[in-house]
This record gives sequence, C-alpha cells and structure tokens, in this order.
Amino acid sequence: MRSVVLKTPLSEQDVRNLRIGDVIHVSGEIVLARDRAHQRLLELARTGTTPPFRLEGSAIYHCGPLVKKVAEGWRILSAGPTTSMRMEPFEADAIGRFGVRMIIGKGGMGPSTAKAMRVFGAVYCAAPGGAGALLAESMKEVKGVEWLNLGVAEAVWILEVEEMGPLIVAIDSRGNNFYEETSTRARMLLCKGAPTS
Amino acid sequence: MTESLEDKAVRLIRTAAIQLPDDVKDALKKACSREESENGKLTLEALLKSVDLSEQEGTPICQDTGSIVFYVRGACPMRGLEEALSKATARATVEVPLRANMVDPFTGENTGDNLGQFSPFFIWESNPHRNSVELTVVLKGAGSDNQTTLSMLNPTEGIDAIENLVLNRVVEAGGKSCPPTIIGIGIGGSSDVAVLLSKKALLRRIGSRNPNPRVAELERYLLERVNSTGIGPMGLGGTTTSLGVNVGWAHRHIASLPVAVTMSCWALRRASITLSGSDISETKKSRRREAVSDT
Repeated sequence: MRSVVLKTPLSEQDVRNLRIGDVIHVSGEIVLARDRAHQRLLELARTGTTPPFRLEGSAIYHCGPLVKKVAEGWRILSAGPTTSMRMEPFEADAIGRFGVRMIIGKGGMGPSTAKAMRVFGAVYCAAPGGAGALLAESMKEVKGVEWLNLGVAEAVWILEVEEMGPLIVAIDSRGNNFYEETSTRARMLLCKGAPTS
Repeated sequence: MTESLEDKAVRLIRTAAIQLPDDVKDALKKACSREESENGKLTLEALLKSVDLSEQEGTPICQDTGSIVFYVRGACPMRGLEEALSKATARATVEVPLRANMVDPFTGENTGDNLGQFSPFFIWESNPHRNSVELTVVLKGAGSDNQTTLSMLNPTEGIDAIENLVLNRVVEAGGKSCPPTIIGIGIGGSSDVAVLLSKKALLRRIGSRNPNPRVAELERYLLERVNSTGIGPMGLGGTTTSLGVNVGWAHRHIASLPVAVTMSCWALRRASITLSGSDISETKKSRRREAVSDT
C-alpha cells in the first residue's frame, strides 16, 4: 500500500500514476457537487456556457455538506461522501468536457465514468462514508459557494482542504475497479454455496 | 427550571445525531481489531476517529442527518405528543443543526426545517398497561435506505430463498450502503408488516438475539455468511461487511412470503428516553391543531 499527498490542481500524470489500493490525502481546492449541480453543469455544457468555478485539474467531491452560517461566512460541520452512482449519467461528460481529474465519493461508479477515466486520465477515490466530522476537519476554508438556489446541500461549495483523507483509489485510469473485483469475488463465493464447516 | 417535553426531544435528537449508540460503537471497535484487510482496517479506524471527533466537538456523525422517525411505546395522547415532537424537530434542525433533508416529491422544494407531509413520522405502539412512555428517535440516512428492498417470495421456496435474497442484496448494495452495515430483516406478515418489522429489528441492540431459537440461529448464520462475502468496509474488500443481522418475524398469509431487508449504514443513529407522568400530562395541555391530511 502506497500513501501520498496530492495537491490540486492535478495533472494528467499525477492521476495516471495512481492505481487501485493506493491511499492518498488531498490538499488544495476541491469542488463539492452532487445530484442537481451535476445536472446543471451538463446543461451548461450543452449550451457551451462556462461554469462559475474552475474544473480543469480539479477534484469533485460528491457531498452535500452540513453547514452553519457564521458571522464571517460559513462553517462546514459534517461532510462525508454521498453515493456516487447517482452521478453516473453525468460524470463521464464532466471529465471529458471540463478536465476533472479526480472524483471523490462512496460506493463506486459505473462503466461510462470508468471509461472516461481511462480515456482522459482521471481517478475515483473512496472517502470513508459517514466520517463526516473527520472529513470536515480537513476543510480549512470556504472559498466560495455557487448555485445556492439549489439548496444548501445541493449547492456547489468550493473549499480549501488540507490532507483530506484517508482516500482509497478505487477506480484508476488503467481500467482497474476495486468494487468490481470485490463484488465479482463475492458472487463467485455465493455461487459456491455455504461453507461446509 | 424543569426541562419541557419539547426540550427533552431536542436533546434526544441531538444525542442521536452526534453520539453513536454504545452497542454500535463496541461492535465497530471489535470489528476494527479483527479486520484482516489493510484497506478495511484503515477505513474502520477512520470511522472510529470520526465518531470520537463528533462526540468531542458536538457535531453530527454524518452530514446526512436522515429522515426522522419517532417510535412511541406506551399510552399517551397522540396529538399533544406529535405536536411537541414536530416542534422539537424544527428546533433541532437549527440548534444541532441537522441538514434540511425534506423536499416536496413533485416540486423538489425543500421545506427548510425537516417538517413536511408525514415528517417527522410517528410509529405508535399502544400499551394501556404502561404508566410511562418509551420514546425512540431514529435518524435514517438515505444512502443505505436506498438499498432497502421488499420482496414477495414464493412461499414454497422456503428459507433458502430468504438466505439467497439477503446475500444477493448485500453484494448488489456493495459499498453504496456504507458497510459495515446493520441489517434489519422482516419476514412474514403482509408487505407493510414485513417492512415495519425490518425497521424495528434495527432498534434491537447489536448482538441481542431473537427469542425464537430458530430465528436466532438464522441471524447468526446470516451474519457469518454476509461477512464471508468479503465486500468489506465501504465495499473495498475485507472481513467486516456487517456488524449485526436482526430479524423480526410474523405469521404470513398462506399465499405470501414477504421479506423486507432494511440496510442501515454503520452509523445507526437511534436514541431513546422514557417519558414520565408529568411529560405525558404536558401533552394533554397542548392546544388542538389541524389534523394532518392522510391522503
């Protein structure tokens, strides 16, 4: 198991070097976006409009944070990952059109995202689901929030993070998929039937 | 000053959101010490670290503070209690805080305070012989609830079909249900009863066994098989896929075998208090309010 700290913006080489099972921590700017933000992002792409935040070399985190409004702005209280599979219809386009290099979430993604990761050079990292407090601790600053009219949890949050993790590379740019390996093995075990102990 | 019923309910919701129940935390710790996969262990360690951090800082364990369901056991005026608990829910949303999760299914509009049509939801179990009321709140995260299923099996398929169903569900859900999960299973009854039993099974402590020895054996067997799938923490492989399997059962119709499998993420958030006679008399004083439409 290799462990590295990566800083955004990420280059294609940064992510091509990663393989499933690697443990990483991410520092720098990340973009929080979930269901409706992805939907809107792709609507923009269709009309050729540039989104109001930078995605080239970015890491998108599938997360609808629990935030609190404070005098100086916003405080992130709890921010674990949401189920990534819901973003499957949009993510290949987000990678291909906007140059996203890393997706952080939970539960893995489907074949179209995995293919885009192979073609354009991007990776999927699993964050520990439910570790809302731990992950929020690494979020040092809210640099901006866009599309608040989608609701606080569905808005796009641009955050500065410091060694956010541990993140486990679960789909890499070489076609390896940790979830597929795990579920294939599990299905084979089920086919074999109950252990005869 | 004595704490009002509403204040107690806010405190109850706060406890559920912030503090992992003892039985779940113990199970998680044991699983962490036994976990054989390197990534699995790393994940479980991160979860435990986060749980401690939540407790220390008083922040919710997970950003998804869930759908809110109250289980009420005992005799108590319904309207007064429901009113106090709804007010507590709106207050907790601001004070804990909770994420505003409730949206209109047709317009997508968020109510902003976690109140809404059937939110919070109340499950009543009347017991006129009890003087006190046991109140439990469950905050159910959507990631794992999205992996919950109800299957109407063919009764002639028997217990094997139930076992296969559960194991296949675990593999299909993979990392999406935030394993290590706690699995609540409802067997028998009509479809609604099966789902309710599966939900109520999650109220039972991890490691407790169904009083019916046959059902207890099924719980033990399923837990062992589920963990042998190797799905592991967050679906990334390992020996800990579930912390517990709890089964509730009911007699079934001769023609049906409903099986509900409710997945709870590891962050099974539930908290209980016993309401005293003075809490209950407080509910009698509440003013009338409009009845919620049941359409």
